[in-house]
Amino acid sequence: MEIAVISGKGGTGKSSISSAFVSVAKSAVVVDCDVDASNLYLLFSPLCKEEEVFVSGSHAVVNNDKCTNCNTCINLCRFDAISKVNGKIRISESACDGCYLCSRVCPVQAIKMIPADKSRMYAGTFRYGNMVYGRLAPGEENSGKMVNLLREKAKKYVEDYGYDTVILDGPPGIGCPVISTITGVDKVVVVTEPTISGFLDMKRVIEVVCRFSVQMSVIVNKYDLNPSICEQIDKWCEEMKIPVVAHLPFDAQIVEAMIAGKTIIEYNKDCEVSRLIENAYNTIYAF
Amino acid sequence: MSMNIAVASGKGGTGKTFFSTNLFYSLRQMGYSSLLVDCDAEAPNSFIFFPVKKLSEDVVTEYRPVLDRSNCVLCGKCAEYCNYHAIFFLPAMNKIQLLDDLCHGCAACSVACKYSAIRDSYKFIGKVTSYKTDEDGECMFEAKMTPGVASPVPIIKSAVKMAVKQAKQQNADYVILDSPPGTACPFIQTASHADFVVLVTEPTPFGLSDLKQTVDTLKTMGKEMGVVVNRAGLGNRDVYQYLENESIPLLGEIPFNKEIAFLYSEGKIAVKELSSLQVIFQDIVNNIVSYGNSSN
Repeated sequence: MEIAVISGKGGTGKSSISSAFVSVAKSAVVVDCDVDASNLYLLFSPLCKEEEVFVSGSHAVVNNDKCTNCNTCINLCRFDAISKVNGKIRISESACDGCYLCSRVCPVQAIKMIPADKSRMYAGTFRYGNMVYGRLAPGEENSGKMVNLLREKAKKYVEDYGYDTVILDGPPGIGCPVISTITGVDKVVVVTEPTISGFLDMKRVIEVVCRFSVQMSVIVNKYDLNPSICEQIDKWCEEMKIPVVAHLPFDAQIVEAMIAGKTIIEYNKDCEVSRLIENAYNTIYAF
Repeated sequence: MSMNIAVASGKGGTGKTFFSTNLFYSLRQMGYSSLLVDCDAEAPNSFIFFPVKKLSEDVVTEYRPVLDRSNCVLCGKCAEYCNYHAIFFLPAMNKIQLLDDLCHGCAACSVACKYSAIRDSYKFIGKVTSYKTDEDGECMFEAKMTPGVASPVPIIKSAVKMAVKQAKQQNADYVILDSPPGTACPFIQTASHADFVVLVTEPTPFGLSDLKQTVDTLKTMGKEMGVVVNRAGLGNRDVYQYLENESIPLLGEIPFNKEIAFLYSEGKIAVKELSSLQVIFQDIVNNIVSYGNSSN
């Protein structure tokens, strides 16, 4: 079974909750799909067994000695990546989308495409099984494609070692990597917090999830921060027929556990948050 | 010229929007004029915090080719030019299809086609809305991406462009760019317009890990930056040690406080209600202002 944990808004507690799920599952493949800012490795200290280069695309580089300043490339670039600085063509690496058009149309072949190959994917073992994670180099694109590749790797572990459970810790937002994270999974858990922005972002991400036929449930984290907004969230979820499987109180032990490099269940399995997360996981699993 | 300040973090949920909106308000209180741009096009939330009146709404579009089959000779040149596999071409079957989901709007196919079989069209990918805040008449811009669109970058780009133009017109002192999380293209697009970047972090291992990544990215971009530690008192002291080692200025600390969290959750500007927080923001503003003066 594949369970994806997402949220819309960042910092609602996705990684803390998904890592606790892993502790409850006891044996699992974990995929850190937040390739832009992965954090789970901090709790699981995986022993890296494989490192692979991820080519996220390419970007154009101009040879100013060859360039005749004909401006063909500037006029055709749709990404505003090419400009003239002190009479010379300059291509911005961060704005370049890697479409190859400038390199194809340059009459004197002054533009070369070079692969963007600074991103890495990792696979390793940790105390509950296998873990795959990645690190998208700053400004590189195609995080959705990297998530797909990480999930393929995870599937291979499932086939080779017969795991029951795959837990995916998702990225924030509603973009490509989120869609790659939830495509084809069995269950999606949306973690939210009782703030107006958390509620709004939850609705946005649920709108995206609704386009997939997948079982969804909600966890309200730090519910005691604002019980009245929490009530509104509960009511909205009831109307949408999405089960709220846990209301977790704020507990500084979650941060203490993080500092200790442990999941909350490992840090204190008898605290209220741990018990609620364990119940939530079992409920989700049994749906 | 106004100074552009990007508010970023790497990690989501450290308090970027909280900081940006309270900074926006504090600047006004201290006699500086400023504009706020919500660049988190996947989840723009700044407008929650102010009573606003909509001024204008600009649609953002992206190029999309349309195939005119009557002119197409099935030469396959467009498919050869397309680097995104967005043109499906099967010569044996006389089949050609444009795949909208994979298209990045580079228009290479249209340049490739010598038979006028590719027509230009534009797809709606989001919008930029400008607002006036009721109380003080300051402007806000919001970039918002339509769900399902691949990249928010063009929407962020237009929002910043519009705001910078407006800032020039009204001779504003500051433009605050509330950045999206992460260090990918949407963040880089936002930060590239900044004269100074304020990084909002929290003193936890997750916060520090993402902060380091963002600092490294900004250093390669050659950006000046300072850090605000939010929820200070929670977590540990590692972030302070890191800032000292890297010689990154600490602009201020916002204590972990349930009252602040509650006001934020209600969509309220916390500096309005808490005088202790007001003092903290005044110090931060002074730190930013003195940075701006020293670099001029």
